[in-house]
Amino acid sequence: MEFKLPLFPEQASSVAGQVDAFYLFLVLLTTFFSLLIALMIVFFIIKYRKRPDHKAEQIHGSTLLEIVWTAIPLGISMIIFVWGAMLYYHLQNPPKDALEIYGVGKQWMWKFQHPGGQREINTLHVPTGRPVKVTLISQDVIHDFFVPAFRIKTDVLPNRYMHTWFTPTREGNYHLFCSQYCGTNHSGMIGEVVVMKPEDYAEWLASGKAEGSMASMGEKLFQEFGCTTCHRPDAGARGPSLLGLYGRPVRLSDNRVVIADDNYIRESILNPNAKIVSGFQPIMPTFQGVVSEEGLIQITEYIKHLSQQDSEPLTNRSNPAVLRDTEVPTIQQELKGRGNEPAAPSGKKP
Amino acid sequence: MSTSQTTSTDHHPALVHHFDDMEQQKGASTFGMWVFLLTELMMFGGLFASYLIYRLKFYAAWEAGSSSIDVHWGFINTLVLIGSSFTMAMAVWAAQKGDKNKQVMFLIGTMILGAAFLGIKGIEYKAKYDECHIPGHIIGKAFNASGGCMADGKVTGDIAKEFMEHQAEIHKPVPEAFAKQTADQTQIFFSFYFAMTGLHAFHMVIGLGLLGWLTLRASRGEFSGQYFTPVELGGLYWHFVDIVWIFLFPLLYLINRTHG
Amino acid sequence: MSTAATTVKPVMPAKHYLNDNYGIRSWLLTKDHKRIAILYLCTITFFFFLGGMFAALIRLELLTPEGDLFHSDTYNKLFTMHGVNMIFFFLIPSVPAVLGNFILPIMLGAKDLAFPKINLLSWYIFIVGAGFGLAALIGGGVDTGWTFYTPLSTGYVRTPVIVLAVGILIAGFASIFTGLNFIVTTHRMRAPGMTWGRLPLMVWANYAASLIMILGTPVIAITLILVALERGFHIGVFDPKLGGDPVLFQHMFWFYSHPAVYIMILPGMGVISEIVTCFSRKRVFGYTFIAFSSIAIAVFGFVVWAHHMFVAGISTYSALVFSLLSFAVAIPSAVKVFNWTATMYKGSVSLETPMLYALAFIGLFTIGGLTGLFLAALGTDIHIHDTYFVVAHFHYVMVGGMVTAYLGGIHFWWPKMTGKMYPEAPAKLAALITFIGFNLTFFPQFILGYLGMPRRYHAYPPEFQVLNVLSSAGASVLAVGFIMPLVYFLWSLKFGEAAGDNPWDAKGLEWQTTSPPPTHNFHEVPIVTEDPYNYGEEANVVH
Ligand code: HEA
Ligand code: HEA
Ligand code: HEC
Ligand code: CUA
Ligand SMILES: [Cu+2]
Repeated sequence: MEFKLPLFPEQASSVAGQVDAFYLFLVLLTTFFSLLIALMIVFFIIKYRKRPDHKAEQIHGSTLLEIVWTAIPLGISMIIFVWGAMLYYHLQNPPKDALEIYGVGKQWMWKFQHPGGQREINTLHVPTGRPVKVTLISQDVIHDFFVPAFRIKTDVLPNRYMHTWFTPTREGNYHLFCSQYCGTNHSGMIGEVVVMKPEDYAEWLASGKAEGSMASMGEKLFQEFGCTTCHRPDAGARGPSLLGLYGRPVRLSDNRVVIADDNYIRESILNPNAKIVSGFQPIMPTFQGVVSEEGLIQITEYIKHLSQQDSEPLTNRSNPAVLRDTEVPTIQQELKGRGNEPAAPSGKKP
Repeated sequence: MSTSQTTSTDHHPALVHHFDDMEQQKGASTFGMWVFLLTELMMFGGLFASYLIYRLKFYAAWEAGSSSIDVHWGFINTLVLIGSSFTMAMAVWAAQKGDKNKQVMFLIGTMILGAAFLGIKGIEYKAKYDECHIPGHIIGKAFNASGGCMADGKVTGDIAKEFMEHQAEIHKPVPEAFAKQTADQTQIFFSFYFAMTGLHAFHMVIGLGLLGWLTLRASRGEFSGQYFTPVELGGLYWHFVDIVWIFLFPLLYLINRTHG
Repeated sequence: MSTAATTVKPVMPAKHYLNDNYGIRSWLLTKDHKRIAILYLCTITFFFFLGGMFAALIRLELLTPEGDLFHSDTYNKLFTMHGVNMIFFFLIPSVPAVLGNFILPIMLGAKDLAFPKINLLSWYIFIVGAGFGLAALIGGGVDTGWTFYTPLSTGYVRTPVIVLAVGILIAGFASIFTGLNFIVTTHRMRAPGMTWGRLPLMVWANYAASLIMILGTPVIAITLILVALERGFHIGVFDPKLGGDPVLFQHMFWFYSHPAVYIMILPGMGVISEIVTCFSRKRVFGYTFIAFSSIAIAVFGFVVWAHHMFVAGISTYSALVFSLLSFAVAIPSAVKVFNWTATMYKGSVSLETPMLYALAFIGLFTIGGLTGLFLAALGTDIHIHDTYFVVAHFHYVMVGGMVTAYLGGIHFWWPKMTGKMYPEAPAKLAALITFIGFNLTFFPQFILGYLGMPRRYHAYPPEFQVLNVLSSAGASVLAVGFIMPLVYFLWSLKFGEAAGDNPWDAKGLEWQTTSPPPTHNFHEVPIVTEDPYNYGEEANVVH
């Protein structure tokens, strides 16, 4: 048994200090109001204790006081709200240049894969000083990725990618907990986040055995599953070219515009007909049950890679449904476009 | 216990001891029924809300599923229920008048219409069963063993074919793969279809029980111009169940229907 | 009215609701709200101690970091059955179905609730529901957590989830019937002169809670039906494998379960208003504000449910809205706390046992409520969601709040319910022990939570042990504090002194009838001519 009694977990990420500051503010606030109430109670029970010569003075109330003690908590709680909301916003929006790591949760373990293809189980190595974005998905029930030292947490859902991000600031080993109850061995679904100096991380990456980078593994799958038969960058292809797709707005056949993010690509592969790209036929077969979660992630990484390689992705317009910034419709246009067209494919040919 | 000093000296045999007079008793009962119907409203409301949320998510499947159910039976059932609401209203009116024979007649009329509704619902359920549209593994598997038209508990049946044919008709042909996948997703539509109509039918059955009990009491001449609260409350309940159907019918049969 | 300092020793009235009739039949077929309250009292006391036993086993396991006492499956069943028992079979019916049932009609000057048969039916339904709960327990216990999150509950665990869900569903109807009865009774059964502005605050609070019972409970009913159907027949509703959305389940669950936490606090707040005025011998401060804040809490309570889901995959936009709205509930709660405190100002305060509980309530609820703000604030909830911080928060409001209020109310109305006085000295001691034990048990959990200990963990890293040991130690103190009242209340039934009609010299119609009251509550229908809490009518009223 250890006998130290810390009040805060270690601060190992760039936001930890900010969260702690906010927390401390709330602690002080709570202490203040609790003491205020407690002291008033103690004061009153002593000062106005029942005595034979003392009678209670009957007071009905005071509208002024009511207003005061409605307004003050209201004001304070708005401060709390805004402060908390700002932190949340910061924590919800990973920086663009973040190092991207993928994780899959399943009863009862964590599997991670680095962009270079290095895999690990229940351990996650990350470098200091650089934002890390973790994209997570579950293979079965809901789990939760929680690193107290970073003050971050996100539920990990089946069928949907969730993100969280942090910038590690201190080397060390930190707890990784599954914090959403997920069945028998929930409390055993724990691991470690190992924060290393960037050099050490690079070294660690190099020492790790990898069959190739995630993108190259994705490329291999892309060939294997025959995606290339339809998705070719030439004009006559039956499917849209995937060059320059990732992260861009795409026009659908019902005129809606959606962003081609991880979840969109995942859906396009597993449930291709949920969203049909404008100008194409819904002929793509589903790959549900064919591609594993890891496989999906690798293919996504490959598609992402295609966009990065292509220095001028939008000039050659290999896929006309992918919109330029200027082509993204305004809300009014979008509302007008909706509703008229049925969701079923429009037989338009390019 | 001394009697209360309230004004009423009217001691109707139906007056329960803890009420001062018939008026208070009737007011409380009617108010209580309304509060109860509010509860019912929230129960159906929860289901309706989820149905609508999923409709956004699985639009095509909702379209296919909605189109596959028989609008004619649904429409006839709507008429049947509206008719039963009318006879119920007449029964309340007859009770108010203290007309025993008319009361019994209208109550029985309402029960016949209610039973007709359930019978028609039964025909529709049977059709869904034959078409393998009953969602779920357990029922699906059992059916598979005998009928053999369903694989792996998935609801496909003819929906995919119908859907393809229709899309072709309106010059928006879809490939088979798409039609199949959409048809699979109609399982969720049918889960809601059965949950919603099932809960409604359950209320109808309870309603029939209530009507039977009221008929019995009416035939004994228990209701009069001074005391007909139970008939009135039974009527409120029955109208509520009808109104739920008035919402169910367009939601399930009409708003996503594109053909058939 | 009798004056306080009577020298005559009080005696029990010759005839009252307890000796009006004898035999088991007279109890099981009773339509008297007072007897039904006693039936509820016995039932939920059983479930409280059953739930408490599970809590004791949880704390025993958590004494050491290793999961050495139970298998993890057993532990998971323990906290599930603990949560379900405590919430659905104890806390929700506690104040409404026991104290409210007993006192509400008398406070209104009514002979009974509007629908006595439905009231009895409510108890039977509760028994059937609780029976299913026990069947699930005997059938091995359920391990989904009290929140039944899908797809875990519908597709993965292998325990009798359906049985328990059906039990909760059925017990839900008991709660609906209680709420319905309260609402109709409050509207239609008030004695002459009992205007809305003269309703005791206990009535207002129960009225507000009843609104939630009738509007929220049917939603959990339908949700549980869908879960049972999906689990039983594999129909697709929430199952992600069939394209369903497990997050929709969470929305539906919390749409009821958040408002339900106000079913679990509002009636308690009503009790506190009664006790604080009585033992300050003073009018309540800001009657209208306390009354309407109850309604405000009930209304706002319906629009904050997704604050349980900030990290569960709702959009940033809805997170902002739900966080903002959560703070809206805090304001009427704050109004209540300040008004209770102000009620003591210039009062004549005495510290009988009910008052001790009431004061404990105010303090503990304040801490529990304010820590709710940590959770409602987005920046902190990310870190402390699903940690022991949440566990500490809700035990502060539910045990420190509602259970404390319930115990205070039981002490306050015990003389009315039984005609007997409980022994004051052990009662004060028990209140003190409970207070100390409670804080020792749950305060360390706030720290544990911030340090990052996740909830529902059957084993934990060793650095958390010190705080866990403190918490377990506290729980054993707390157990003593809870067992003591059981003993002395039972003792007082036989050996307690006759209490007299109005032992606290309190205001309110319930104190004008005999203790225990006659079967129809009053020998003469009361006519109300004065405001509630008209303490000290001796003309020193200041406006
Ligand atoms: C009786 C039950 C009860 C009550 C009354 C409350 C009251 C409140 N609760 Fe709590 N809560 C629960 C029971 C309850 N809760 C339970 C059981 C859970 C966990 C469920 C589970 O996951 O298993 C939970 C979880 C929970 C969460 C989710 C946490 C998470 O899982 O991440 C949140 C988040 O917003 C929350 C917020 C609040 C708020 C804002 C209040 C407010 O109503 C509190 C208002 C009161 C005050 C604010 C105190 C008085 C005010 C003053 C003295 C003046 C000063 C005030 C200001 C400056 C504003 N609660
Ligand atoms: C009304 C609601 C209520 C009440 C009164 C309590 C009372 C208590 N609770 Fe409860 N608790 C919940 C509602 C409640 N709880 C809920 C909803 C959960 C969440 C469940 C979930 O995650 O799904 C929870 C979870 C929960 C946990 C977290 C488990 C986990 O996440 O792993 C813990 C841990 O300490 C705990 C402890 C206690 C203790 C020590 C008491 C004490 O106050 C109890 C004291 C009473 C007794 C001890 C009984 C009297 C004594 C005996 C019967 C004799 C035997 C006892 C001894 C020999 C010691 N509770
Ligand atoms: C039979 C031909 C075919 C095959 C094989 C095929 N696709 Fe497609 N794919 C299409 C067509 C046609 C579309 C456009 C219509 C639509 O959205 O369904 C499409 C759309 C997509 C999109 C969305 C593109 C956008 O512009 O928004 C992605 C991503 C995608 N496919 C990935 C894949 C992957 C990965 C594979 C292999 C595992 C694959 N496809 C196999 C035909 C195919
Ligand atoms: Cu995975 Cu808990
Ligand atoms: Cu809540």
